[in-house]
Amino acid sequence: MTVTDTTTNKPSSGVRRLTTARAMVEAIAQEMERDPSVFVMGEDVGAYGGIFGSTTGLLERFGSERVMDTPISETGFIGAGIGAAIEGMRPIVELMFVDFFGVCMDQIYNHMAKIHYESGGHVKVPMVLMAAVGGGYSDGAQHSQCLWGTFAHLPGMKVVVPSNPADAKGLMIAAIRDDNPVIYLFHKGVMGLPWMAKNSRAIGPVPEEPYELPIGKAAVVREGRDATVVTLSLSVHHTLDVADELAAQGIDVEVIDLRSLVPLDGETVLASVAKTGRLVVVDEDYRSFGLSGELAALIAEHDPGMLRAPLVRVAVPDVPIPYARPLERFVLPTPERIKSGIVSVVGR
Amino acid sequence: MGEDIKVQLYTTMVRIRTYEEAILREYHRDKSPVFDIGAGRIPGEMHLSAGQEPVAAGLCAHLRPDDAITAPHRPHHLALAHGVDMKRMTAEIFGRESGLGRGKGGHMHLFDPAVHFGCSGIIAQGAPTAVGAALAFKRQGSDRVAVSVVGEGAANQGGFHESLNLASLWRLPVVFVIEDNGWGISVPRSASTSVPSNIDRAAGYAMPGELVEDNSVDGVYEAAGRAVTRARKGEGPTLLEIRTIRLWGHFEGDAQAYRGEELAQAQASDPLPIYEQRLLKDGLLDEAAVAAIKEQAVNEVEDAIAFALSSAEPAPEEALEDVFA
Repeated sequence: MTVTDTTTNKPSSGVRRLTTARAMVEAIAQEMERDPSVFVMGEDVGAYGGIFGSTTGLLERFGSERVMDTPISETGFIGAGIGAAIEGMRPIVELMFVDFFGVCMDQIYNHMAKIHYESGGHVKVPMVLMAAVGGGYSDGAQHSQCLWGTFAHLPGMKVVVPSNPADAKGLMIAAIRDDNPVIYLFHKGVMGLPWMAKNSRAIGPVPEEPYELPIGKAAVVREGRDATVVTLSLSVHHTLDVADELAAQGIDVEVIDLRSLVPLDGETVLASVAKTGRLVVVDEDYRSFGLSGELAALIAEHDPGMLRAPLVRVAVPDVPIPYARPLERFVLPTPERIKSGIVSVVGR
Repeated sequence: MGEDIKVQLYTTMVRIRTYEEAILREYHRDKSPVFDIGAGRIPGEMHLSAGQEPVAAGLCAHLRPDDAITAPHRPHHLALAHGVDMKRMTAEIFGRESGLGRGKGGHMHLFDPAVHFGCSGIIAQGAPTAVGAALAFKRQGSDRVAVSVVGEGAANQGGFHESLNLASLWRLPVVFVIEDNGWGISVPRSASTSVPSNIDRAAGYAMPGELVEDNSVDGVYEAAGRAVTRARKGEGPTLLEIRTIRLWGHFEGDAQAYRGEELAQAQASDPLPIYEQRLLKDGLLDEAAVAAIKEQAVNEVEDAIAFALSSAEPAPEEALEDVFA
């Protein structure tokens, strides 16, 4: 099928297709229609529509009281989201790049994440903090990180990371309706932006009606016998492409899209590894002290004998994300690195 | 100002001081001869508010239970003046199951949603959440007000300035109160702050600023009244600075050697006996009335402490609960 419109396309089958960005916007809009306490704020979420298209069209539809452009004051407006959430609103706050967490992390992890606990469960903070993550387009060390492991490490926040339009919509609706703070991290490379290289699955079928995708449920996006690849976000697509390629060589790969880091769907991972006995973790976040180590611990704590081959990690090798194209490609989990990781774990 | 109000302000201040003296006693009861911050029936840091009662009494007299306050790490006076349940607050400070946070918060993290009271132990970081509460109140079409109380040290934090800008930009019903006790732990205002007074900073955010220089509860009451009324009428935020005094240490165990002569001056300026003498002299109170107010405060405070001590400690495994709703 040829996709001519970069944002929406209705093929003859009648299945409506959207970009991930449009799916997120649709989710937010449907929730804003349903619940007057839902509102959006952040930098350039209004007339611009979100730098990565996550709020496009919302201002025109809901007005500036519910779609609020903020000054460049992340501590101030994330804290304001927390205060508003405590007092009965359901804010969706955008932190433009997750890399900017450094100027507002106190509000995120000392306040948003802890107030429910400190209050003994008496104060709820139902808000969504969404942020763009990921590299691959030479944006340098301060605009290319994923950092989901950092948020997942700190208790009190759910962390969701959609990889495709349908999941993006369902997870957004679930995040908005959740009574907890939810960090919603969208990779720029899955948004279907017209100004950035797209993967083929950045546009996909999305049901028109509102629906929730339960937070904490991974998806087995490809079944296979020979090895399990656990991954998330843009790396899901690289992995699926590699899996297709390897199928031709007789390597049958199972691919798990975690979709949520907190809660982590350990059951789905363990069931798959029990079947294949081989695990590759593909993670665009830093290698050490993160997701890949957590999954290694999950297996070691459950049954160290599950693995028939040593675990393989394809992650950013503990360096900041470099700028120059060959340097950046060297550290990111590219299809080449994923392929070589799978081949090595399978031993063929 | 009516005479009834003055008696009410005095009563509130007595109640706070009685409370802080009792917590001081309980805190140190089993921390001698060797002071161990983690030992005893009340462990951990303890920041008491003696000397700062005028701020809480004068401010909270204008607030309704549906108005929100975010307090800093030194929160007891504000909690009591705003109507936080004294028994459950005390139980929280004693780390008991019946506490406001079921023992998970402690004295710097008191939350009572019944009166929209919250705390932050991180300097200045309660200000953004107060802005958010005010944003919610405005969106909900109510005339509720949010108050952020911080110390003067917080006025040098980025989050404080971001909050003033947001509140003014969005014309939100916020009252920002700086309790200037002159000391950021051991650093005096003169060594931390570039402006003679923090209300000079209000102009930078196009909001009115008002300074109460003498820690007088009447002065706080009047200034806070103007600020709260302004916020309630939808006219936007105000910055108040109250020059108050820290009668005791930054926290208990602070030997305060850095204070020198200033400490004696502060103790000579204790606002409670000064106000009491004034009300006696003006004939608003007599000795019997003073004694009755104090007795009532002692009874209430000792009841709260008895309630805390009679409450169970949380079961250890309850530590695993309440991370998520």
